[in-house]
Amino acid sequence: MSEYILEMRNITKEFPGVTALSDVTFQVKKGEIHALVGENGAGKSTLMNVLSGIYAYGSYSGDIIYKGEECRFKTIRDSEAVGIAIIHQELALSPYLTIAENIFLGNERAKNGIIDWDETNKEAVGLLKTVGLNEKYNTQVRNIGVGKQQLVEIAKALGKKCELLILDEPTAALNDDDSEHLLNLLKRLNKEQGMTCIMISHKLHEVLSIADSITVLRDGKTIETLDNTVPVSENRIIKGMVGRELTDRFPKHTPNIGEVGFEIKDWTVYDPLNEERVVINNVNMEFRKGEIVGLAGLMGAGRTELAMSVFGKAYGTKISGRLIKDGKEITLNNVEQAIDNGIAYLTEDRKQAGLVHIHDIKSNITLANLKKITNGFVVNEDEEIIIGKDYRERFNIKSTSIFQKVGNLSGGNQQKVVLSKWVFSSPDVLILDEPTRGIDVGAKYEIYKIILELANSGKCVIMISSELPEILGITDRLYIMNEGRVVGEMKTSEANQEDIMSIIIKSSAGR
Amino acid sequence: MNKMKEFLNRNIRQYGMIFALIVIMIFFGIITGGKIIWPRNVSMLVRQNAYVLILAIGMMLCILTGGNIDLSVGSLVALVSAMSGMLTSQLGLPTWVGIVVSLVTGLIAGMWQGFWIAFVKVPPFITTLAGMLIFRGINNIILDGKTLPLSGLYIIIGTGSVPDIMPKTIPEFLRIGNLLKLQNKPEFLNATMLIVGLILSIVYVLVVLFTRNSKKARGYEVETLKSVITKVITFFIIINIFSYWLAMDEGLPIMLILLAALYAIYTFIATKTIPGRHLYAMGGNIKAAELSGVNTRKMMFLVYSNMGLLAAVAGIVTAGRMMASSPNVGQSFELDAIGACFIGGASAYGGVGTIWGAVVGAFIMGVMNNGMSIIGLNVFYQSIAKGMVVLLAVAFDMYSKSKSRLG
Repeated sequence: MSEYILEMRNITKEFPGVTALSDVTFQVKKGEIHALVGENGAGKSTLMNVLSGIYAYGSYSGDIIYKGEECRFKTIRDSEAVGIAIIHQELALSPYLTIAENIFLGNERAKNGIIDWDETNKEAVGLLKTVGLNEKYNTQVRNIGVGKQQLVEIAKALGKKCELLILDEPTAALNDDDSEHLLNLLKRLNKEQGMTCIMISHKLHEVLSIADSITVLRDGKTIETLDNTVPVSENRIIKGMVGRELTDRFPKHTPNIGEVGFEIKDWTVYDPLNEERVVINNVNMEFRKGEIVGLAGLMGAGRTELAMSVFGKAYGTKISGRLIKDGKEITLNNVEQAIDNGIAYLTEDRKQAGLVHIHDIKSNITLANLKKITNGFVVNEDEEIIIGKDYRERFNIKSTSIFQKVGNLSGGNQQKVVLSKWVFSSPDVLILDEPTRGIDVGAKYEIYKIILELANSGKCVIMISSELPEILGITDRLYIMNEGRVVGEMKTSEANQEDIMSIIIKSSAGR
Repeated sequence: MNKMKEFLNRNIRQYGMIFALIVIMIFFGIITGGKIIWPRNVSMLVRQNAYVLILAIGMMLCILTGGNIDLSVGSLVALVSAMSGMLTSQLGLPTWVGIVVSLVTGLIAGMWQGFWIAFVKVPPFITTLAGMLIFRGINNIILDGKTLPLSGLYIIIGTGSVPDIMPKTIPEFLRIGNLLKLQNKPEFLNATMLIVGLILSIVYVLVVLFTRNSKKARGYEVETLKSVITKVITFFIIINIFSYWLAMDEGLPIMLILLAALYAIYTFIATKTIPGRHLYAMGGNIKAAELSGVNTRKMMFLVYSNMGLLAAVAGIVTAGRMMASSPNVGQSFELDAIGACFIGGASAYGGVGTIWGAVVGAFIMGVMNNGMSIIGLNVFYQSIAKGMVVLLAVAFDMYSKSKSRLG
């Protein structure tokens, strides 16, 4: 038997229009903690979903060898059966069940189909002790914090006799104390029980402190595997994560920057689910006409929350601060007012919040600005058809006709429909949240061209993107956000990925 | 050819429904020995089932918001009916006052439910379940188990026809009914009905041709002349045959005018106005609609308020046809209306469905109700048959959708 407990060989996974993983090889030694790092969209979660059977055998190509045997997982139950457990970033606990019930959910302690509660509770108490969670087994999960819920998830995995534990961003939602506790627990389980762990994380200082090996993924490919028993530097990893070439992926343009068109002043927003938590902390920004401004940051930096809170308070509570457009203060209490005042926000999640999938292209385009094609009371459907055809041609929306349902279009063409919708709303300020997420390189190029065109027509364009090369390739200026604050601002011509990454990472570590 | 295919694909559900309606009519035509299409029966069919159609129009709007239904409409019909009896029969107020107060009552009841649904966020299912119990209770308190007679306008709306302006002036050779010996007194032809039908069909032709020309002049896309002419001629013939058919009996039922007006108004609202378009958008994806500036709370409030108003109309019509307010009226009306919408192609998740679909669905329900009564089928079997039709209609929908996704 080889030294590897797990080998994934030549894994390729495609989604309609995108290759998420291309010929990825990933090897994990028995008894190590192996970190998987990479930018958003590099394919880390996809790889783990392939491993755990969420993407069934047959939907990808390549081999998975676990403990020397080839595995063909059809469902997550198959992978659990051989001792692989995955803990997702969004916890999968049922809030109204007790801790003990959650630990054994799907893995009930039963005799002849009848649950043995005494055995369940006894084992739960034992597992809670192992993970160091000081709560009663019969506490409802909704009454404990996220950090403790994370521990319940680990107890649940242990209850399944797991030998290979996968954690996807386990500390993303935790504070420093909880993170440290969790990392110590992982180290202890690793030492005492010989548990092998794969951990996906953005927090490089955590990775460096706990991992034995580090594999870097970029654009769906394995870049390198580093041995961290001889300590590696943070910069070394960052280079692997971002080092890619930038030739001709972005259209050329000469910016024509005018006066300040939009300002956000002293903007502070609280979490609507937890009114104590500050999500956006005293943000000040200004945007000039004809300028493309990037908002860089990691997931959870507060960029989407900032954009949505500005867009007619579509997110957040206890919002304070001022918005100034063309020198005049404006108040936006709902989305309709925001649109009427010339603000547009293209959502990060196309499917959930961007489009009406069951309706056709033309009615999706006109939805945000029906007033424009209404004379008095009546919607002019003929005008709508003309508009639909116009945008279909201008933005090159590949479709059978404007009557095609948007649910049947590819991701890139769907995104062009959403862009059409917001361009049709004739905004002065256009906020684009991850406008190229999940679409292929060709369609990306077309969307960049549209964005540049919009800026050249004198609009303020704000672009949120988790892909740093994209921000560097297309914006004129950028703000760096982390943990709800602006932690840096620079001209794009003077910026590079390593600097941005280290500003982000240093601003987290410094707190 | 491709265009034709695309057109059919876009409209297959609508043609499928009409096809189903025709099949059901032929089926009952055969087993009732033609009785179901007798002129007398056709006008009765319209009157008996007007309530399904009126309620289905309102229900369609509720369903469009996201598969939400209104369970309270049957009870609201009963409440309005009781209200009418109390005001006109017990208190002796003029019948027009009774009708106005009834409509206002329905609207307030709808606003009451709309308030809980839109602003307190009580799920529509729960809110209207409560309404179902509350309104039925009020009906029983008002009527106290008694049945009150109705008169005046109620009877005219419920059972009346437009009076004939030139009775018995139609020449002998036009009286086909006479030759066919269809029923007891076929020697009359109602001239009013014939004239109204003729005027209506001519106006229709002119409107279609005029709008086509004006569209063309403004540079919009128009249908080919050939298809327009085929369409116009077909509808011209259908309208006139239908009016001739009704003219053989008592002429133009007032109820039919009401139904046609409601159909026209709500089709207009649903397809040509901003609130209508917002309704479809929020049913298709509520989050995307909200982020595109749709005020979804206001829409919910309006839709349920409107449902109350239409339930009042249905209540007045039903009470008028029965010429009385009774404590048991309106039982399971809500289910007929909901069934009609789903037969008519509404999506159970919202965002898909047309007023036209609701109307055709209501007619399918009506023809089945009427046909099964004519052949004297036990009501319990009738109920089974209706249940099966609703189930199969939606199953067919799901099947054809999964097909089209593969293809």
